[in-house]
Amino acid sequence: MSAATNVPMSVTVGVVQFPGTNCDLDTIDALADLGARTALLRSDETSLGGVDAVVIPGGFAHGDYLRTGAIARFSPIMNAVASFAGAGGPVVGICNGFQVLTEAGLLPGALRPNAGLSFLCQPQQLIMASVNHALGHGLSPSDQLSIPINHFEGNYVCDRATLQRLHTNGQIVMRYVANPNGSVDNIAGVCNEAGNVVGLMPHPERATSELLGSADGRKLLEALLCAAASTRQAVGFHAA
Amino acid sequence: MTAVASDTTSIHAALGLTDAEYERICELLKRQPNHLELAMYAVMWSEHCSYKSSRRHLARLPTEAPWVLVGPGENAGVVDVGDGIAVAVRIESHNHPSAIEPYQGAATGVGGILRDIFTMGARPIALADPLRVGPLDEPRSNWIAEGIVSGISGYGNSVGVPTVAGEFVSCETYRDNPLVNVAALGIMPTERLVLGRATEVGSAAVLMGASTGRDGIGGVSVLASAGFDEAVDDATKRPSVQVGDPFEEKRLIEACLELLEAGLVSGIQDLGGAGLTCAASETASRGGTGMEVDVSVVPLRQHGMEPFEIMTSESQERMLAIVSPANVDRVLEICSRWEVSATVVGRVTGDGMLRVRDGVGGELLAEVPARTLHDDAPSYDRPMRPPADLAFRRSVDPAADPAAGSSSDCAADLLAMLADPSWVYRQYDHQLFLNTVVGPGRDATLLRLRDPRDGTPTGRGLAVSVDGNHRWCDADPRGGTAMVVVEAALNLACVGADPLALVNCLNFGNPTHPEVMWQLSEAIDGMAEACDALGVPVVGGNVSLYNETNGTNISPTPVVCLLGVHPDLVRRPVADELPPGTALMLLAPPGPAAHDVDAALDVAAEQTASVADGPARQVALGGSRWAWERRGCRDGALPELDLAGSVATARFVAAAVRDGLVHCAHDVSDGGIAVAIAEMCCHGGAGVHARVPSLGSPAPAARALFAEPPGRVLVAVEPGNVERLASAAAAAAVACRPLGSFGGSRVQIGRIAEPGFDIDLALEDTRARWSGALPEVFSQPVEEAAA
Repeated sequence: MSAATNVPMSVTVGVVQFPGTNCDLDTIDALADLGARTALLRSDETSLGGVDAVVIPGGFAHGDYLRTGAIARFSPIMNAVASFAGAGGPVVGICNGFQVLTEAGLLPGALRPNAGLSFLCQPQQLIMASVNHALGHGLSPSDQLSIPINHFEGNYVCDRATLQRLHTNGQIVMRYVANPNGSVDNIAGVCNEAGNVVGLMPHPERATSELLGSADGRKLLEALLCAAASTRQAVGFHAA
Repeated sequence: MTAVASDTTSIHAALGLTDAEYERICELLKRQPNHLELAMYAVMWSEHCSYKSSRRHLARLPTEAPWVLVGPGENAGVVDVGDGIAVAVRIESHNHPSAIEPYQGAATGVGGILRDIFTMGARPIALADPLRVGPLDEPRSNWIAEGIVSGISGYGNSVGVPTVAGEFVSCETYRDNPLVNVAALGIMPTERLVLGRATEVGSAAVLMGASTGRDGIGGVSVLASAGFDEAVDDATKRPSVQVGDPFEEKRLIEACLELLEAGLVSGIQDLGGAGLTCAASETASRGGTGMEVDVSVVPLRQHGMEPFEIMTSESQERMLAIVSPANVDRVLEICSRWEVSATVVGRVTGDGMLRVRDGVGGELLAEVPARTLHDDAPSYDRPMRPPADLAFRRSVDPAADPAAGSSSDCAADLLAMLADPSWVYRQYDHQLFLNTVVGPGRDATLLRLRDPRDGTPTGRGLAVSVDGNHRWCDADPRGGTAMVVVEAALNLACVGADPLALVNCLNFGNPTHPEVMWQLSEAIDGMAEACDALGVPVVGGNVSLYNETNGTNISPTPVVCLLGVHPDLVRRPVADELPPGTALMLLAPPGPAAHDVDAALDVAAEQTASVADGPARQVALGGSRWAWERRGCRDGALPELDLAGSVATARFVAAAVRDGLVHCAHDVSDGGIAVAIAEMCCHGGAGVHARVPSLGSPAPAARALFAEPPGRVLVAVEPGNVERLASAAAAAAVACRPLGSFGGSRVQIGRIAEPGFDIDLALEDTRARWSGALPEVFSQPVEEAAA
């Protein structure tokens, strides 16, 4: 059975666009390919318009000037995203989106420049660490995925106490098999305690077809659509 | 009312104009130009803008084909690729800015080429960066190379256009004058095509994007149209280098594409070299109109800028849109939504004059016929002459160098010429837009071709290859350039694509040196011959002259960007991995004179080694990477090029890849067949056991392993397909020869009919050297910690 047929057709995913975001249309393409409806949410909007999940895609919000995500976090849309997350709605930040979520305080830790001090765009082998989060449905811990990375600031850091908490609560979403950027504990993605907010450096939207080198990213995006569907049933965000 | 006068007789030389050019301007204006007018002529009549030394030669290139929508002379070439989709393609150089300030020089090169693409109405979908730098073990060249790659990475990644192809070449000829060429592709619905014209009198000229500053003043005349004298001068030229802002450019792209989509602009032009002067006069003269520009309303970055500074500033990320008065408000509103500054700075007039005023109805600062800035630019038939030592140089055989002897260590030579370029391209986002099927680092890049209206895949692909080879062109600019074009076509063939159109970037030395003009003329003839043979039109180009330092010219370096189409991505080349037992075969034009690929002839040649006609049967080593880098010999003749046979080989390879007859294909280029085989091993993770043709007699191993006769492609073939491939090749009159097979953990390469192997290396060591070469040379020295 094709995985796409598992996806509830009625789910709507909002994709946030800051000035300088550049993976917005790719993310929309990849989600639409899985049967989801999508809505482009401009950063100056104050409402999410009743979406069932939010993706903050990759790119260079506000040119990454000052510091990645440092300006974007003050955008009007981020208040709406924070409320949505606080109510348990699934929120996923990919790459620059992950950086925005840490700057906004929705995820612990921070992302520093890569240890090698150069930008890295390359395929990356990943191992799922936990599955109790918005990208875990249908996956198992220790599942191995091949998904590309594309970043200069992907070196995840946090203090010792936070790292301990991430371990204890199962908040480490995935790890690199071979660490490309110096990230602590090989972390490639983390989630909040509730598991509904996830940030990851790899780009699942770039791994949705064998034609492009890997289809492993579909598994994560399908998991997001399932999370969106179940949260919607439980909480009724579409009415918000 | 006439423009304010000023005495300019003594300043034209400082602006880069000759006495004769100054007199011609006086003649055209029937008076002395004032300072501002002179500055405008100086930039527009510069070598960079006017092509005054190359124009008459460029006219010999073939430029027409039924699928060409826009040929040379516009911002970009445009070709129809079917399904109602047009592709815009353009290449430019940013050599001199990158020599002075590598990061910004390369970054602004990326910005400029993207504006050329979206000016035509196309969304930029891909960048390609052929780069040439000095020896990487020298600190300054290393710094320049790292700065250039960082600049492309920093700007291209942020602006949101993937860099999908490129070259990275190091040679001492580029020590003080690196070459940064940048190509870009864009796609659009064919009906969207926009030309940079101001045809409607009364239309507003809207300046969009960044504010205007003092950066880049005189970039085209000071930097791009003169050589470097002393390194110490570089610092004084630094203010002529522009500074890029990719975030501004990203918003500018989105705003312009929305304006074009909504049909709100009738013409649009980017402000690149020569800034506002160029944009205003080009849109007007192409449209047969005039324009009046008010410098007092141009948003400025600095106070106290003089009108000539405003008119010639090359501040980046600016566009000039021609807008009907009724649409101005909507244009300003869309720009505001994208946070792009937009100001009406002028209006289109009907009298053909370009006027610059200080305020509406204010002082007239300049008044010149717009078309004189273009149409009356000088065109020079500069003297040309082949170098005096040409015949001697071509008579040298690099392999006969007594210092080389027979003790050459072929394995060491091979290892020294292996370098995985991924250190460069992994710093570039090469996957954005989800189109990259075959990425950088392979023979050619293959992208999905999707409908620009709704993103629907067409099932077809666009292929791109950028190629140059200064060693070949140094040995013989005509034959070398033809070989470069052939190599590009073979590269496309390796991913199963057929060539469609070509753009070129002609990087040469000082055109006042007759030898340089001869090189340029010869290169253009070689390019024309190869393009004719392939049936490929040249749809655009860029000429970069004055690539010289202290009177020494760079080796002639024409670079081509060849665009191709793949008809069916389902039939694309398969993954790299080479299963043990996969056959290694050589496809090439038939003909023993060039290739000696026929086994019988090969043996016969060896048997007659002592006969006096030996040299005629050798494949020449001149211009080979081995001769230059491993023997320090830049002399020698180029191997012969069989153009028709090479074209037939390219067509056959493309078809074989699409028909699944071959597992993968790799063209034989610089470094010769040994390097090409080793690269296949490194990519495929398999050793090899191969015997290659000896390429004539006398036959030192180096000739067989490292000579670079054109038209050859290596293919990896499943054993079950070997017979089919051989018979298909025979039917296509393409030579096909088994060389050995992949497998095992050693890279073993020998010669046919010779015992033993000339190269016998562990695959592990070969791969380590290949993947480690660039990271090692760019590793940061460890700083001693301060106490």
